[in-house]
Amino acid sequence: MAKKPNKKTEVETTGHEWDGIQEYNNPLPRWWLWTFYACIAWGLWYVIAYPAWPMIEGATAGYKGWSTRANVAVELAEAEAANAEINAKLAAVELASISETPELQAYATSAGSAVFKTWCAQCHGSGAAGAKGYPNLLDNDWLWGGSIDDIHTTISHGIRNEVDDDARFSEMPAFGEILETPQIDQVANYVMSLSGAPQDASLVAEGETVFMDNCAACHGEQAQGDIYQGAPNLTDAIWLYGGDFATIKETVTNSRYGVMPPWNTRLSEAEVRAVAIYVHQLGGGE
Amino acid sequence: MADSQPDAPQSLYAAREPIFPRKVYGKFRNLKWAIMIVTLGIYYLTPWIRWDRGPSLPDQAVLIDLASRRFFFFWIEIWPHEFYFIAGLLVMAGLGLFLFTSALGRVWCGYACPQTVWTDLFILVERWIEGDRNARLRLHRQKKWDARKVRLRLTKWVSWLLIGLATGGAWVFYFTDAPTLLADLVTLNAHPIAYTTIGVLTATTFFFGGFAREQICIYACPWPRIQAAMLDEDSLVVGYREWRGEPRKHSRAVEEGAPQGDCIDCMACVNVCPVGIDIRDGQQLECITCALCIDACDDIMAKIGKPRGLIDYMALTDEENERAGKPPKPILKHILRPRTIMYTALWALVGFGLVFALFIRSDIDMTVAPVRNPTYVMLSDGSIRNTYEVRLRNKHGEDRRFNLTVSGDPAIHLTLEGTPYSSVSVPADSMRLQRVYLVAAPGSEAAKIERSEVRLWIEDTSNGDRAYKDSVFNGKAN
Repeated sequence: MAKKPNKKTEVETTGHEWDGIQEYNNPLPRWWLWTFYACIAWGLWYVIAYPAWPMIEGATAGYKGWSTRANVAVELAEAEAANAEINAKLAAVELASISETPELQAYATSAGSAVFKTWCAQCHGSGAAGAKGYPNLLDNDWLWGGSIDDIHTTISHGIRNEVDDDARFSEMPAFGEILETPQIDQVANYVMSLSGAPQDASLVAEGETVFMDNCAACHGEQAQGDIYQGAPNLTDAIWLYGGDFATIKETVTNSRYGVMPPWNTRLSEAEVRAVAIYVHQLGGGE
Repeated sequence: MADSQPDAPQSLYAAREPIFPRKVYGKFRNLKWAIMIVTLGIYYLTPWIRWDRGPSLPDQAVLIDLASRRFFFFWIEIWPHEFYFIAGLLVMAGLGLFLFTSALGRVWCGYACPQTVWTDLFILVERWIEGDRNARLRLHRQKKWDARKVRLRLTKWVSWLLIGLATGGAWVFYFTDAPTLLADLVTLNAHPIAYTTIGVLTATTFFFGGFAREQICIYACPWPRIQAAMLDEDSLVVGYREWRGEPRKHSRAVEEGAPQGDCIDCMACVNVCPVGIDIRDGQQLECITCALCIDACDDIMAKIGKPRGLIDYMALTDEENERAGKPPKPILKHILRPRTIMYTALWALVGFGLVFALFIRSDIDMTVAPVRNPTYVMLSDGSIRNTYEVRLRNKHGEDRRFNLTVSGDPAIHLTLEGTPYSSVSVPADSMRLQRVYLVAAPGSEAAKIERSEVRLWIEDTSNGDRAYKDSVFNGKAN
């Protein structure tokens, strides 16, 4: 191979010079030049074909009508279509029999998990452990019943909302308007005595009388609650709002009106069933 | 330079010098044929070896089952969580290359590298179709594409393509049942990925073996550059005994009476070289130590009645010794040195470790992941419940029933989600995710302290095999 020529003497320079360093005026390699032209042509086509120029509202649409949002819609529709068959089956079969079909149970559990994290986690928490005023769905204590049918009804119609006529409805009176403050202190101490130590044991006996006259109708004479009226069991270790004296007194005085929206208007029957099955298998289902 | 014109700048690109390796006979050539037959045989035939694993498992001896995430190798089955076996094998392969390189030089490049083996095969086919070096040179220089040249070229390219097709085809057989896939491929029912893979590998084999050849080794492969750091003066390289060969005996150039070396400048070593170098110029980056020049030169030395080995495997230290008239060091002394011994020890260490791990791995296996959201749940009677996601793996070919128990604290008892029993069935060769609840009795120590140790056991109900995993139980600490 011949040695490289001494370019400085033979190739003209651009005339640019800096610290003695000059720039050759060599022609571009042909492949490079054609690649450059091809890129320009491609760029022109791209501007016409795809959204490119920003306008005041949105951008030019491009003749291909391409958009990421439309692509997402297509993909969502495809996913929906792919699940259409099993969703139809899920919505049609007997609710209680789903757990006997492993395929449906597995699908409903994972689909329900996604629905839960989208729609339910805001109040009940991503782990379904709830918060003050928002029931913990992992334990075995249910205000409105923990069977799969009960859970399904609760999710479908919601609780204490004005939207759904079939919503679960319970209304504990605000006893601050009915009872005297000493009576409320007495009944709060009685309620505390059912599941733990009362704050003031001397008031328990009088509290029991107040309880039997005012509370037992819903909570029961044993104070074990009634899932048909949504009356909580007052003898167990679980408190939705808190089991200390001040909180119980506050609950009796003002009552509590936890609300849950009906979900059958926003979710499909298959989705409601899926999330019901998901909640049912979290550990507390009956 | 006088011949350079300013208006015709020199090209920055040097075209490849075509290489036409001549046929050669000899012991290293025979060794290379043997290695080619063995390695290609292993590659093409392995997917067709059958291995009975029972009805529910594939009967292909070597199978990378990506869909169900299993690697089958005869009696060994690797699950994804045992990927360290693959990592270990890769470490061994790396250390093995280090060992062979520091002891024997670029022996991998010269004999076993797929690029070398397939290029060798392609050159063999080329020689069958177009003839030996001189015929191929003539055909190359012939400008006119007459019927003969077209016929020879087409035959050669089609043959190369068929080899490429067989190569790409064999590759996909490693990933699914070979006979089924072959039938699907022939009837055009196979998955597009199979066709794409075969297409890509056919094209790369055709191009790399037929046209790129030594350029892959010189320009594309990082290994020769890495090897430069692994070779030392004790490593075996192919070298020219310059002290013996020079000055070259050139019939016309050498004057009567002048000292003459053994080299008769016949160019045999250059003509057989698949990378197109002259080994007499010394050690070169391009040399893959295929030893074909040794065979070619030995042949010539025998013909002119000189001892063999003008070109030979040697260590660079020996070159100096021999030049000084001293005997070379025995080959074992070259190979056995601290560096190679250390590589061997490391290699063996990893190997023994892997074999050990292979034999002690239990065929019942579980992982236990405590659910941390929330860490505990209080039940209505005041007891504290923790939830664990337990993955149970059944590596047998038949269904197995596992019994789950907990030990550590008698106040903690175990229940399973979805079943009132304490045992679950895991189907053959699969993993089951089972949610497990541990409940600490109200007021018990475990229910009241933040953290206590528990041990979960599984037991195969049919044969009593047991395994355990330790985890923690979170109580409601006030």
